[in-house]
Amino acid sequence: MQLTGNMFAQLAAELGHEISTLPDFPAEIRAPQGTLGGVSGFQVELGSDVYTPGDKADVIVAMNAAALKVCTLGSHFNHPQAHFDDEFALYHRHAIVIVDTDALTDKDLEKALYHTDNPFTELGIPESVQIVPVPLTSLTKEALKDSGMDNKAVLKCRNMFALGLIYWLFDEPMEKAIHLLEEKFKKKPALIAPNTKVIVDGYNYGQNLALNTTQIRLEELDAANKQPGRYTSIAGNKATAWGLIAAAQKAGKHLFLGSYPITPATDILHELAARKDMNVMAIQAEDEIAGVCTAIGAAFAGDLACTTTSGPGLSLKSEAIGLAVMAELPLVIVDVQRGGPSTGLPTKTEQTDLMQALYGRNGECPAVVIAASSSANCFDFAYMACKIALENMTPVILLTDTYLANGTGLWRVPTLEELPAIHPQSVPEELKGHFNPALRDERGVRYWAFPGMEGYEHRNIGLERDAEKGTISTNPENHEHMVLARKHKIEQIANSIPELKVIKSQISNHKSKMSETLLVGWGSTEGHLHAAANALGCDLAQFNYICPLPRNTREVLSQYKRIVVCELNTGQFATYLRAQFPELPIEQYNEIKGQPFAVERIVNHVKK
Amino acid sequence: MEASQFKSDQYVRFCPGCGDHAICMALQKAMAQIGIPTHQVAVISGIGCSSRMPHYLNTYGFNTIHGRGGAIATGVKTSHPEITVWQMSGDGDCLAIGGNHFIHEIRRNVDLNVCMFNNRIYGLTKGQYSPTSPKGFVSKSSPFGTVERPFVPAQLVLGAGGTFFARTLDVDMPTTVDCLVAAQQHKGCSIVECLVNCVIFNNGTHAWIADREQRAEHSIILKHGEKMIFGKDRDKGLAVEIDPVTFVPKIIVVPSDDPRVLTHDATQPDPTLHRLLGLMGQDRIVNVNAEVDNELPIALGVIRSVEADTYDQAVNRQITEVREKAKTKSFDELTATLDTFLL
Repeated sequence: MQLTGNMFAQLAAELGHEISTLPDFPAEIRAPQGTLGGVSGFQVELGSDVYTPGDKADVIVAMNAAALKVCTLGSHFNHPQAHFDDEFALYHRHAIVIVDTDALTDKDLEKALYHTDNPFTELGIPESVQIVPVPLTSLTKEALKDSGMDNKAVLKCRNMFALGLIYWLFDEPMEKAIHLLEEKFKKKPALIAPNTKVIVDGYNYGQNLALNTTQIRLEELDAANKQPGRYTSIAGNKATAWGLIAAAQKAGKHLFLGSYPITPATDILHELAARKDMNVMAIQAEDEIAGVCTAIGAAFAGDLACTTTSGPGLSLKSEAIGLAVMAELPLVIVDVQRGGPSTGLPTKTEQTDLMQALYGRNGECPAVVIAASSSANCFDFAYMACKIALENMTPVILLTDTYLANGTGLWRVPTLEELPAIHPQSVPEELKGHFNPALRDERGVRYWAFPGMEGYEHRNIGLERDAEKGTISTNPENHEHMVLARKHKIEQIANSIPELKVIKSQISNHKSKMSETLLVGWGSTEGHLHAAANALGCDLAQFNYICPLPRNTREVLSQYKRIVVCELNTGQFATYLRAQFPELPIEQYNEIKGQPFAVERIVNHVKK
Repeated sequence: MEASQFKSDQYVRFCPGCGDHAICMALQKAMAQIGIPTHQVAVISGIGCSSRMPHYLNTYGFNTIHGRGGAIATGVKTSHPEITVWQMSGDGDCLAIGGNHFIHEIRRNVDLNVCMFNNRIYGLTKGQYSPTSPKGFVSKSSPFGTVERPFVPAQLVLGAGGTFFARTLDVDMPTTVDCLVAAQQHKGCSIVECLVNCVIFNNGTHAWIADREQRAEHSIILKHGEKMIFGKDRDKGLAVEIDPVTFVPKIIVVPSDDPRVLTHDATQPDPTLHRLLGLMGQDRIVNVNAEVDNELPIALGVIRSVEADTYDQAVNRQITEVREKAKTKSFDELTATLDTFLL
């Protein structure tokens, strides 16, 4: 299902539509098929002005009885008496629901815990919903009857029949679709012909049998609002990996990744391990700690060094990140947040690592924290994380999350030339022969010399160092001085990051209360908050730079009478803002369901 | 080069009488003898008395966090194989908190020179038992004696697939320098177990061989290609005896003129004999109260030194090979391969 969803989204993007996707799958690799817990879904919104994967679907493809139930009842699927409910259903009252009727046998219904033999009545699906029954399984078998494939292989092609049907429903050109399929199956050429046949048959089924429904025409992307250039679809994790690659090449540094597999960050490791052509050294370490420590070793030796992980891994790396703060080495730590604490919800999304990123280390241990806010801009913020780290000799924690990492969005492909310059910290020639690791430039950033450079031999430490000599020091005044020097170094970065820009409401209603209301978010909620702000007619401030905050933060926020900070946690960013701006009227709206926001719920809350 | 070139301007703060002083001097001598310039050398350490070593060596140095020196050294060497990388660690840093990194640097055969200072005690935290303290050892954290079996580092290193293992003693400067030089010359993960005395918390832990009177009888210095002969009068030799029933091989002491006396081959790929040599005399450290076979000497010198592909070389070679064949080598070439549409 994930492959089918991705192919549909990618095709739409390549045809010039905006896309936003939300894969949602169980943590188990092969969850029992046909059961409610085993339902794997893929949600996509396409067209123009797309900010989110959407609250409620216009079209549902339910491949079996369990999927039909989960889509209809939403998070209430486990309640034995639950019926279709506008609040919980994953589709709206006028949606098209395509169902594989071959997967509604008594056995299927039993596995999905139905009590009767009529799932549609039992679920209370309103009559306004347009149900399109299609015997997907038998049609696929029919399509492949001469292929010589065994039954198991044939059944695997069932998704492609549905995809063909969807292509017809959305009126997508088949040539491009087949080209995309050929690309996807490049490494398994034997599968190209049968899958092509099934897709085409699915498409023709829609066309010839004239399904009792009308085709949907997608709105073309609004080119006037977009920067000219080449566009494609990209998943957040891949965008992150490519941002790191671009930064290394721009900075003239080797890219080193030390990482350990962890959901949902592992795809970054996969991508970078595959990019040896880009001169990337990606090490799969023996554990999370070794992941960050090998990276610290590479940074000590002069590389652009990164480690990628999720919340539990960030916990394990804390002590080593403290070392990089103390030793003042550039280091990029990518935390693809997932539901926590502990093992939590490994495949679900949350913004609950913010406090950990800001404060989760021993001692006074400031590091830069930034967050990407769309799958595509994971590229930009991975790039900026590297730029800030290399120019300021500091660890930078980049926060993304499951939603951004696995989701895809429309990405404008930049050239290396148009990306901002990166000037890694270096060391002045005149310090040769009397270098030490405490020496700083006028910004308060220490100089960077590394093994191989003659005349700059020095000893770096995780112990406190003397502010002048760079050697071990336990002097009380020196320690306080150094704590403040490290703090100042992070604060001065606010001088080189962009100022906070408010996304102004398009509805100009000066009398409305909403003109005095500001929605505030950070990271991956940008799309949902943008859509909510549009619906409400209020302004939005979405933060990507969290520590340090943009210089004009107080100035911007103090212009509003009501500030609603919306986050997928219990209020971590709201707490952070209140601590810095106690005079501001900060409210909060939070959801911690392991899912992105629903725009409608934000709107309803803010209206109240 | 001169040993003084490798001496930093820092006052050496090991306790007076600590065995680490001797290893520090031996390191400076060995580095001078090897002759790699100071700026091409990086010395990485974790936490502990021995991990202070980088401060006293005029090379690049990094005194990091407890147990992680191995992982950080792996990062330095793999990203920059042209740099000579040393790791300074102790029995606690290396075998307890850093155990995972230790076995994996050995398994991967990262080209590091690892000095593992074994004083069988936690000194810097003021006297707790370590993973090499004998069973029954009384310390501040084991007032009634430890109940756990210690590691024999040689066995652990060989078990992890180690390509180089040497053992040396703080009071034997020539052997220490030889072992350190050999460790650097060996391409791969070279572990040098430095038996050092902790004069404050575990004084005399290695007295059985450190004591000048007894050393010749209780230890043997193994040299590649030379007969395994020891004793004050060099009258004893080592031979292997195989039990006719169990086929278990065992090292025995025979007169030095016995034709069965073994000739040391450190380069033998099969680790069986190296393991037996490494285990000689170790039963006395496994159990403080055990009846020990005093006859077998503790082996010093290079016990094992075999050639194998190193991790750092293999990683870099793979990148080079991929890049030679690659059609895309830069970011712009990479993005040119994407399916895109124009706006």
